[in-house]
Amino acid sequence: MMTGAAAAQIMEHAKTTPHHVRIAINNLDFYYGTSKALKSVNLPLYANKATAFIGPSGCGKSTLLRVLNRMYDLYPGQRATGEVVLDGENILKPGLDLNLLRARVGMVFQKPTPFPMSIYDNIAFGVRLYEKLNKSEMDERVQRSLEKAALWKEVKDKLNASGLSLSGGQQQRLCIARTVAVKPEVILFDEPCSALDPISTAKIEELIDELTSDYTIAIVTHNMQQAARVSQHTAFMYLGELIEFGETNGIFTSPQDKRTQDYITGRFG
Amino acid sequence: MTPNTNPYYAARKRKNAISMALCVSATLFGLTWLVLILATLLWNGIAGLNLAIFTENTPPPNAGGGGLANAIVGSLMLTAIGVAIGGPIGILAGTYMAEYGRYNRVTSVIRFINDILLSAPSIIIGLFVYGAIVRPMGGFSGLAGAIALAVIVIPVVVRTTEDMLLLVPNQIREAAAALGYPRSHVIRLVAYRAARAGLITGVLLAVARISGETAPLLFTALSNQFWNVDLTKTVANLPVTINNFINSADSNWKQLAWTGALLITAAVLTLSIAARAIGGKGSK
Repeated sequence: MMTGAAAAQIMEHAKTTPHHVRIAINNLDFYYGTSKALKSVNLPLYANKATAFIGPSGCGKSTLLRVLNRMYDLYPGQRATGEVVLDGENILKPGLDLNLLRARVGMVFQKPTPFPMSIYDNIAFGVRLYEKLNKSEMDERVQRSLEKAALWKEVKDKLNASGLSLSGGQQQRLCIARTVAVKPEVILFDEPCSALDPISTAKIEELIDELTSDYTIAIVTHNMQQAARVSQHTAFMYLGELIEFGETNGIFTSPQDKRTQDYITGRFG
Repeated sequence: MTPNTNPYYAARKRKNAISMALCVSATLFGLTWLVLILATLLWNGIAGLNLAIFTENTPPPNAGGGGLANAIVGSLMLTAIGVAIGGPIGILAGTYMAEYGRYNRVTSVIRFINDILLSAPSIIIGLFVYGAIVRPMGGFSGLAGAIALAVIVIPVVVRTTEDMLLLVPNQIREAAAALGYPRSHVIRLVAYRAARAGLITGVLLAVARISGETAPLLFTALSNQFWNVDLTKTVANLPVTINNFINSADSNWKQLAWTGALLITAAVLTLSIAARAIGGKGSK
C-alpha cells in the first residue's frame, strides 16, 4: 500500500505546483479478471508537461497508461474502479463515448503500427472520421502533422508509398504524426522507443520534448535515462502501486523511498 | 571427444539419416500418384481438345461430334452463384468469430460445428438440399445446385476468414481504436485490409473446391444435354456430365468426359496457383 504520508505528499505537490492538472487519477484500482493490477493509484498529469511512468516489468505502468484512453475496454474481464478526471469529467463513468475519448487521448505504441495503406492515408485516416476537409485542407493537415513528427522532409516525395515501406523509426514517427493529426489533448506513449535503434530513439525523444509544449504527455519507459531526458515529472511504480511521484529531477537525485532509490540505482528491476 | 567419435552424436546422425530417408520416400510416394493422375488426364484429355468443345453442346449418344459448351457455361454459372451466396455469408460469419465474438463461448461452438461441416461428405449436402429445396420445389433446378455448392463454400470461407483475421496483430486494431475509430470501421478499414490477401485466397480455394464437386449436383442441378441458363430448370454442368459420359459405351462421350476432366483440373490448378500468388504477396 502507498503510505498515507506518500499520498499526502503527492496531493501537496499537486496543490503547490502552479501547473494546470489535465488528468487527475483518484483511487484507481484495476483488475485483470480477479487479479488486481493497480492498487489505489493517485496521480496528477499536468497540462503541457511530460510525465514518465517508470518501474520494473509487471509493475502496472502500461496498465495505468491503458486506463487513460480506456484501451482496456476492448477486452472482456478487464475493469477499472475509482476516478480518472479529464478536464472535469470522469472518463471511467459508464456510457462515456469511448471513440470521442480516444480522439482526445491519442496513443503511440511500443511497436510501430502503420496501417496497410499509403503514408498520406495513414494520416488522413483518423482525420476523416471527425472532420470534413477538402483536398487542400487535408493536404495541409497531412503536411503539418508530418512536419510536427519531423518526418515531412523524408517522405514528402513519396506520400503515396505504403506506410509499411518506411524504416522502423520512420514508421514510429508516422504513428506520431497520425496521432497529432486528429488534434488530441493528451498523447500516451507506451515504450515508444523500445523497438528502435539509438538514432531513431534520439529523434523520437527530441520529438516528445517538442510536443510537450502543445500536449499533455504520459510516457511509459524502461529506460531511466529516457525518463530523465524527456519528462518533467516521474512516477515510480512497483507491484501495482504508485510508490513515488514528483519532479523528475527530484526523483532521480533525491528519491524519498528506498524502493525508488534501489530501482533507479539499478539494484533491481 | 570430437563429434566424429562421440557415440551420442553418431546415433543422432544415424537417426537423422533414417528420418530423412523416410520423409523423402513418403514424399516421392505421394508425388508419384499425383504425376500418374495428371499424366493420364493429360494423355486422354488433350486428344479431344478443340474449338468445338467450347462452342457446341453435348451430343446425343452415338452421334459423334459435339462439345461441352452447355456444361462449361452451366458449371461457371453454378459456381459463380454458389460463391456469390456462400462467400459473403462465410466472410461475415468468420468476421463475427474473429472480431466480435472472439472471447465468446458460442464462437468455439460455431467453430466446432463449422469444422464438422467442412469435413462433411458432399453427397450428404446434396441429399440435404434435395430434401430441403428440390422436393418442395417439385423438381431439380440450377438454383438448388448453386445452393448446395454455397453450403460447401460457407465452411471453407468461414475457416479461412477467421484464421486470416486472427493473424492480424491486435496492436494494429488497438492503434486504429486509439484514433477513435469505432469497431466496425476498424474491421472494415484496417483488419480487412491487412488480411485482404488471405480473404481472397480463401474464396479462391472455395471456388477450386466446388468446381469439381459432383455428388451435391447429382441430386440438385442434375444435368442435361441442351443449352439452358434458366435456373429453375436442370442445368448442365461438367462434373455430372463427366460422371454420365465416362461410363458409357460411346467412345465419343468417353473422350468428352476426359476432356471435361482436363478442363476442370486446369481451371482448379490455375485458381490454386493464383491463390498462392496472392497469398504469398500478402505475407511479405
